[in-house]
Amino acid sequence: MESAAFFYGMEVFLNGLMTGVMYSLVALGFVLIFKASGIFNYAQGVMALFAALTLVGFQNGQIPFSHLINAIFGTDIHHFGWHMPAFLAILFALLVMIIFAILVEKLVLQHLVNQEPIILFMATIGLAYFMEGFGDLMWGSNVKKLDIGIPQGGNLWIEESTAFLGGEDFYGFYLDTLDIYATVIAIILVAGLVMFSQYTKTGRALRAVADDHQAALSVGISLRKIWVIVWCIAGFVALVAGIMWGSKSGVQFSLSLIALKALPVLILGGFTSIPGAIIGGLIIGVGEKMFEFLIGAPLLGGATENWFAYMLALVFLVFRPQGLFGEKIIERV
Amino acid sequence: MLYREVGEFKPSYKKDQQTFPIRLDRYAFYAVLAFAFFVVPFLINDYWANAILLPFLIFGIAAIGLNILTGYCGQVSLGSGGFMAVGAYACYKLMTGFPDLNIIFCIMLSGGVTALVGVMFGLPSLRIKGFYLAVATLAAQFFLIWVFNKVAWFYNYSASGQITAPERTLFGMTVSGASATPEVAYVVCLSFLVVMALVARNLTRGSVGRKWMAIRDMDIAAEIIGVNPLMAKLTAFGVSSFYVGIAGALLFSVYLGAVEVGEVFGIQKSFLILFMIIIGGLGSIFGSLAGAAFLVLMPVVLKNVMVGQLGWAVDIAAHFEFLVVGALIIFFLIVEPHGFAMLWRIIKEKLRLWPFPH
Amino acid sequence: MTATESYQTPDGRTIGPSVMEMRNITLRFGGVTAIHDISFDIREGEIRAIIGPNGAGKSSMLNVINGFYHPQEGEILYKGEVRKPMKPHEIAYQGIARTFQNIALFKGMTTLDNIMTGRLTHMKTGMLEQIIWSGKAEREEVENRAFVERIIDFLEIQTIRKTPVGRLPYGLQKRVELGRALAAEPSLLLLDEPMAGMNVEEKEDMSRFILDVNDEFGTTIALIEHDMSVVMDLADRVVVMDYGKKIGDGTPAEVRNNQAVIDAYLGVSHD
Repeated sequence: MESAAFFYGMEVFLNGLMTGVMYSLVALGFVLIFKASGIFNYAQGVMALFAALTLVGFQNGQIPFSHLINAIFGTDIHHFGWHMPAFLAILFALLVMIIFAILVEKLVLQHLVNQEPIILFMATIGLAYFMEGFGDLMWGSNVKKLDIGIPQGGNLWIEESTAFLGGEDFYGFYLDTLDIYATVIAIILVAGLVMFSQYTKTGRALRAVADDHQAALSVGISLRKIWVIVWCIAGFVALVAGIMWGSKSGVQFSLSLIALKALPVLILGGFTSIPGAIIGGLIIGVGEKMFEFLIGAPLLGGATENWFAYMLALVFLVFRPQGLFGEKIIERV
Repeated sequence: MLYREVGEFKPSYKKDQQTFPIRLDRYAFYAVLAFAFFVVPFLINDYWANAILLPFLIFGIAAIGLNILTGYCGQVSLGSGGFMAVGAYACYKLMTGFPDLNIIFCIMLSGGVTALVGVMFGLPSLRIKGFYLAVATLAAQFFLIWVFNKVAWFYNYSASGQITAPERTLFGMTVSGASATPEVAYVVCLSFLVVMALVARNLTRGSVGRKWMAIRDMDIAAEIIGVNPLMAKLTAFGVSSFYVGIAGALLFSVYLGAVEVGEVFGIQKSFLILFMIIIGGLGSIFGSLAGAAFLVLMPVVLKNVMVGQLGWAVDIAAHFEFLVVGALIIFFLIVEPHGFAMLWRIIKEKLRLWPFPH
Repeated sequence: MTATESYQTPDGRTIGPSVMEMRNITLRFGGVTAIHDISFDIREGEIRAIIGPNGAGKSSMLNVINGFYHPQEGEILYKGEVRKPMKPHEIAYQGIARTFQNIALFKGMTTLDNIMTGRLTHMKTGMLEQIIWSGKAEREEVENRAFVERIIDFLEIQTIRKTPVGRLPYGLQKRVELGRALAAEPSLLLLDEPMAGMNVEEKEDMSRFILDVNDEFGTTIALIEHDMSVVMDLADRVVVMDYGKKIGDGTPAEVRNNQAVIDAYLGVSHD
């Protein structure tokens, strides 16, 4: 019989996989936008936060901008008094994200069409800050609990049925049911996105735009329409990510920092590859957890998860800048 | 006619290359310097120093530093917060390790230490570009903050993990720590800024600056005309980190007096400095200072208006700050990617012809 | 292949021995062979044209001369010595300068600054001296500025010296790029399609500049060009490439009558 330690290690591994799936969910949004417009959307994390805030706001019948309205007019309003069922709230939140996508395209993207990637990137940082302030003003910045009915907490069934594995000191794999749901949803989402991209007309147009803006324009593809569609999809992905992360750790500012974590995921997986985002996310998730478990906590004082992913990405950047799946960039003079 | 540009012909290349070719600009510059050095110290009080002047001077230095790296040499860095931390901690170790060392030397040496660290973290720039490099600098940012949090040697094994600047004097007046006299702190920071801005001007107008700009604009062509990309990028990292390190050392020793690394030097600072150079203008020293002034003043103004006059809650003002900064970044990137500096230049061009349209 | 004696051209120029020799150069990119066993030489003071259909490998050949690409086989002799594998910036210091097919100017700088960057190989003051802007630093800056101004006069671009190059029309940008290459005082000047996209007048101007540079400064010039009349008028000798191989090498007259060249590239006029 193998020792409990080995199985605890396995548990860390499995949890790493699950965390990785969550990272991939966020990374997916990035890949979509990058593929279609060459923009690295730093605001993706804040979009997830905003989507989650909006969802909770609708669910709890919050009045948008109530804090501000109260401050200006001296009123004391907070809620409409209703509670929306989760399903409806999700739909409304999605609608809001669609409106957001349209506005972003109209007010920001349109005007930055021919700029260099770094300028576009900085514009999305600006967008992230704007959304942060806007979302906080609209729904308030206190931590909110997000609950749309996904079961949470350690999955007893798994725990009990695997307890036999590691002998006396091992009590079975502790895997959060929520994470399991997240994995399944992510797989469905990815499969859906891949099929959409490969088999539908719009998906094909998306791939054309990702390849060459000018050429896509010349065959009659409306760049603007595609961008709106892409940002809508990214908004949807952000909503899903926001729901998953929000259910797990509450809806709060730190959600937006996940964007930063997605960067190493994309470095590993390549900025333009959907499967790459998944595999990159898994590698980072497992890598982080295993490194902390094996080396970080015992030898380095812990909290290595803050930087491990970036160091790994850095190593990759030096040796294989295009990631595992991305396209190699050949510079010509 | 109060301000005359026309009729200023330069008889020599030397005169054409001056920093302020227009005579009135030059006089204005000297006047501002004189005012800053000889008048302000008598008018200054604690609030003005701590809320506005010191942050402006210190972040002005940091902004010039980042502009050298990102604006002139085109290497994007999101690690400025971490490098300011290096400067601060180097200063702390020097101040506590060598109590007799004059604080000015401590600060300058801290800059040197940061320059070395900067060069090290700049090595990946030889193989990676654009925002891949930005990611690498993020690695530096997070790693450095973690190091200063975890490795107890850096904070002299104190229980709180905070570092506090020991009291130091200059010419008999307390200059460091929380009890520093505002006039002295102000003059020290101002002196650093003026000297370093002049140095930056000299570097960027000569062949060093041109090498950096060539790398920024088209590094392959730059290499073919003789620029050694390794040396150019590493010198940019080194010089830039020197500036950022000094800013960090000043921030710690002269301005704040005590620092908790996660709050003060986190990723938000890196973004703040980046925003300063975007709004102010990439590739412009004037722009760096304009951006620093703007981003230091704006929250103060917002708070004064919203909390002081309108009576709103503090957190609303904070949210508005995010909103406004974000919107401004987008606005500037769309309307004038070269920031205030370019806007100012365009305004001057238009004023030259006004009221004629062209 | 190596020419060792000088001779005089009918119009009074002296063409010296070979200054650059390519021997059995083969260049591969992954599975594609861009240049296949090519040998030719360039003589000092001559104007050597490299012509051929698109995709023949001409720009790649220039990139090999530059040191930007490293051939898998073959060797390059420069001024009589075998050239060790070097980085492009080191080769710049050897006196080789070039212009590019798609204009590689520094868009963020003015015309003057762009041409000043061409002087980098001649500017010696170190960083420390520049920091304090010592007398030496200032003098060097002014001297080089004077030199650059002479080039600006030569190319007749005085009015645009302070304009950011991104705003200039295509023809002027090409001229500025030539200026930047000239600023380096090169022994060997490589021009990649200098006439591309120009009208007749601009081509005449550019031809005049090229001839003047060769005549006044004795600069050896290698140029890639598609306009046959330009090639025939300007070049002393021509190399013809097709699909990475050399199919012709000689004076313009010889090459014009070479059957292989006619089949591959020139064609025959049908009256």
